[in-house]
Amino acid sequence: MTQPRPEVLQKLTPVLTKRWLSPDAWRIGVYERLDGYLALRKALDVHPDDLIQLVKDSGLRGRGGAGFPTGLKWGFIPQGDGKPHYLVINADEGEPGTCKDLPLMTYDPHSLVEGAIIASYAIRANRAYIYIRGEAVHAARRLRNAVQEAYAKGYLGKNILGSGFDLDLVVHSGAGAYICGEETALLDSLEGFRGQPRLRPPFPAIAGLYASPTVVNNVGTIASVPYIVLGGADWWKSMGTEKSAGPMIYSLSGRITNPGQYECGLGITLRELIELAGGMKPGHNLRFWTPGGSSTPILTAEHIDTPMDFEGVSAAGSILGTTAMQIFSDQDCPVYNTWRWLEFYHHESCGKCTPCREGNYWMVRTYRRILAGQGTYTDLDTLQDTADNIFGRSFCGLGDGAATPVVSTLKWFRQDYLDYIEGRTAPRLSEKSLVGAH
Amino acid sequence: MTTVEFSPAAEPLAAKLLEPALEILARYPAGRERSALLPLLHLVQTEEGHVSPNGVAFCADLLGINKAQVGAVATFYTMYKRRPTGEYLVSVCTNTLCNVMGGQEVYDQLTEHLGVGHDETTADGKITLEHAECLAACDYAPVVTVNYDFTVDQATPESAVELVENLRKGDRPTPARGARICSLREMQYQLAGFADPREGAVADGVAGAPTLRGVRLAQEHGVTVAGFDPDTPITKTKPRVTEEKK
Repeated sequence: MTQPRPEVLQKLTPVLTKRWLSPDAWRIGVYERLDGYLALRKALDVHPDDLIQLVKDSGLRGRGGAGFPTGLKWGFIPQGDGKPHYLVINADEGEPGTCKDLPLMTYDPHSLVEGAIIASYAIRANRAYIYIRGEAVHAARRLRNAVQEAYAKGYLGKNILGSGFDLDLVVHSGAGAYICGEETALLDSLEGFRGQPRLRPPFPAIAGLYASPTVVNNVGTIASVPYIVLGGADWWKSMGTEKSAGPMIYSLSGRITNPGQYECGLGITLRELIELAGGMKPGHNLRFWTPGGSSTPILTAEHIDTPMDFEGVSAAGSILGTTAMQIFSDQDCPVYNTWRWLEFYHHESCGKCTPCREGNYWMVRTYRRILAGQGTYTDLDTLQDTADNIFGRSFCGLGDGAATPVVSTLKWFRQDYLDYIEGRTAPRLSEKSLVGAH
Repeated sequence: MTTVEFSPAAEPLAAKLLEPALEILARYPAGRERSALLPLLHLVQTEEGHVSPNGVAFCADLLGINKAQVGAVATFYTMYKRRPTGEYLVSVCTNTLCNVMGGQEVYDQLTEHLGVGHDETTADGKITLEHAECLAACDYAPVVTVNYDFTVDQATPESAVELVENLRKGDRPTPARGARICSLREMQYQLAGFADPREGAVADGVAGAPTLRGVRLAQEHGVTVAGFDPDTPITKTKPRVTEEKK
């Protein structure tokens, strides 16, 4: 294993991950000793509008994939409208490759609770929900414990710290549906329905939970808020790039020596991240990777020096997403991998929009045929055509996400597809998986 | 809400679950009780291990909606099981990353060893097996969970077989990063939004090396973010109004 060079090590920015080093930081007493709930006291001392301005000034952008400016989103909530406002935290982490929110909620749950209280105060919400993925049981356990502790200390409930501000916070477990990570599907699910996306507009800021103004933010976004309140916008902007400010937790997995969570300023490159992770696994050479989960177009070895910020990845033809970097080597097959992702999208499609529901059904079957050694040249046209007809033609991003690995692997790795079709690559699936596929 | 009329199908569950069910309802605003449906369906599974027609009736009666509305929700979500489940739910991630790191072999081996397929339960009623989609632990790939708690990291066919054998013998091995193992039904109680009643369970599970890799690297090399002053003032343009209309 090679040691990372000092100039690369300097790119680490332990902010949101710092408390993870303290094994008991999930307990409120320990959290308080580590600057915990200081930001809340500070925030409650200023006007909510000034907090929104602070978050705008910090340049904080959503950590859930879309990168929308957080302060702007908060500012969209109409004030003085007489309606209840809601904060809903999207903790439905499930984008393949993504694994940054679960550790945060497990090892530092109070940072999310504190951020939630500050954000609710800023947007003037008296109820907040954390919609946590059902399977995330240990994170939910710690989070529920944290909420209970926060109530006992007067950080939640009526008249928080004598400020006159009231907030109730509920941790709501989902039940196993990837689609609920999409914000409007999440809201439907939270209202007790099937998690299916809504047509926008109206956006949640106007008609969200219970048709009331609602901010939906990712875990990492909300957990960033206490640090901005404490350290200020300028300090926050000292990390990252001009347009993509702050630290980001990069989740590295796959064919590298040390997979794991690496918090660095936005804009670091994959080359540097791989160096931090001890290099590629012996015998593996980088071939393709996802910059931000399986729904972001695949990049290749030639993109290794792309700055991993919103603009840089976008310029390379992909999306920063959740900075979930699944790293694959020359021993991995882009066709097989895409098939497996497609099985996932097919299973998770909620069925509301025809292109996504039917298109994924078809694409999965086409992949099975190719991987079983029975593919034809026209299958490639079918895949491209189907993907083109899903992309942009569904209510939510799940459809786009499903089309993405298909289009990007066809673009970069067409030869791999041809190798199956022309018999140079041995079939990966048996013919029995083709039952019913005609 | 305290005077719910339960149909005969719902009555046996109502006798056992009404109290926690009303507690769940109270978490949501008046008139928005339907929000309680997901936790209620988890609650039903604490008694039944799956969502039966009786469970559907119980939720429907309680929320004043019809059984078709409840059924539509119950069948949408993977974690609501339609058939009786075992004492433990063993899930193997076979999504792409875990898959290529060996998850598929782990799952195939368990299928063969246990003689059951996806969403099926062993004859002794101990284990329900499933292949799961991304469980958000790609840095530990491939992963195996028991009742959704991370139990075996960097799983191999051998370590997974050892796990299920221990479970079938009645042992409850210490999970890699989750809390001590309970039964699937007990876990459903937590999924319904209640605190884990077991002493010490919240404290269980330490962060693994991959989780801490970046932050440890920074610590070892003394890398910190400069210029952090928690007293940095916030620009105030408006007076703090405590009595602002909520």
